[in-house]
Amino acid sequence: MHKKEIHTSEREVVIAVRQLYKSFGSNHVLRGVDLDVHQGENVVVLGRSGTGKSVLIKIIAGLLKQDSGKAVVLGEDVATLDRKALRNFRLKIGFSFQNSALYDSMTVRENLEFPLLRNSRNLGRTAVNKAVQDVLDDVGLLHTINQFPAELSGGQRKRIGIARTLIMRPSVMLYDEPTAGLDPITSVEINNLINEVQQRYNTSSIIITHDLTCAKATGDRMAVLLEGKFARMGSFEHVFETDDERINSFYDYNFID
Amino acid sequence: MNSKPRTYILSKKLDVFFGEVYNNVLFIGRFFSELGPPYEWKEIIRQCYMVGYKSLPLISVTSFVIGIVFTKQSRPSLSEFGAESWLPSLVAIAIFRALAPLVTALIAAGKVGSNIGAELGSMRVTEQIDAMEVSATNPFKFLVVSRVLATSFMLPVLMFYMAFISMIGAYLNILVNEDTSLVAFFVNALENISFLDFFSSLIKTIVFGFSIGIIGAYQGYNATQGTEGVGRAANAAVVTAMFVVFIEEIVAVQITNWFR
Repeated sequence: MHKKEIHTSEREVVIAVRQLYKSFGSNHVLRGVDLDVHQGENVVVLGRSGTGKSVLIKIIAGLLKQDSGKAVVLGEDVATLDRKALRNFRLKIGFSFQNSALYDSMTVRENLEFPLLRNSRNLGRTAVNKAVQDVLDDVGLLHTINQFPAELSGGQRKRIGIARTLIMRPSVMLYDEPTAGLDPITSVEINNLINEVQQRYNTSSIIITHDLTCAKATGDRMAVLLEGKFARMGSFEHVFETDDERINSFYDYNFID
Repeated sequence: MNSKPRTYILSKKLDVFFGEVYNNVLFIGRFFSELGPPYEWKEIIRQCYMVGYKSLPLISVTSFVIGIVFTKQSRPSLSEFGAESWLPSLVAIAIFRALAPLVTALIAAGKVGSNIGAELGSMRVTEQIDAMEVSATNPFKFLVVSRVLATSFMLPVLMFYMAFISMIGAYLNILVNEDTSLVAFFVNALENISFLDFFSSLIKTIVFGFSIGIIGAYQGYNATQGTEGVGRAANAAVVTAMFVVFIEEIVAVQITNWFR
């Protein structure tokens, strides 16, 4: 699937990260991160393992608290939300985990129903069934509806993980290493799915990855995280037109001749 | 960047210990604050099935053996005084007042506590709990409250079941040595069991069940550091729950004796 070019400057900012700092003991992971994500835009955050990419989106989703700085998502300063407000805020956020994080003891149907039944308690059985079937259809896995996560392949688990977030119709999607551990063909399928989600659900997304094929295929804009800060931002081509050895070596290792 | 060496208020171990106690208290506080509706009935019933029904084979075998062995071991001492007719009463008092609640709790701490610790620990390290949180649901209510309610409800049921099976074991041992009917045995045995014995055992096992559930859930819910953390959570759930059960038993015996 080809990506449509989008002009972000005219669109409103849905995620605004300002001077974000986060440390774990003496390990200073984020050291003043700034980032804007516009409506309908896919921003890819690139970086080596352990550079704090996942920490960044966990702060945006309210799973971690920053030491200082701000993450304002859809107009709400995430760190200041109380438990109830955070729950309401999360209805608008979709988070696709690196290992899919499907609930082992539940079937695919129960995995998808889990957020829906608890957040839309007045929804009838027919409406729930329809929502589950629609979203499974969207990710092309309707036939797995009664299977358990252990019976699915890695790629299928990723798709179901994405479907589980889509069922709540989020405005913002956060993907943590969506192609990690997948073969090249399945990776391309996941990349296409991310683009489909962007277009069909009109989502704004942050995609965390160190896979440059995924980054090129899905990102409208790249941001390279180095030593706790964004070292470079812009289009794929712009980001890698640099003399910075750290960024170039990252490119070289991904695209080996 | 240089970081300051960490200072401790008492000592490293004591600080960690009191920190854990404090976090446990917060965890228990959160349990009570999340206790209200809406309830996760389906999950509570599923957990009751897991805690109760799935523990039946182990409880059955253990209690039957305890009934036989305890009766067999007590017989020579009573025989010395020609007091074998007291055997049913002695066994019943021992089983209802102490053995059934304590042994049920210890078995549950090993089987159920470790299971809760490992299951929640594995869900924590594989980010399933985080996934529940970001999907705007309440994992604490679904995972912790349901399990703690299940252990608190089911432990008394298991305790009475254990007492009954132990008494059957005791009866079989007595039947081999004396020709006593089942009815006569139970009439004789229950003669000296008071309402206080039943009631104190009931309350005691509810407390044991709560402790086993909350400790297992706390250890699992706060597990860290991958698969090693899951093993540690399961282990800590069992060890801590057994220790707490013994402490509670001592306190319960003291309190019950005030009413006797």
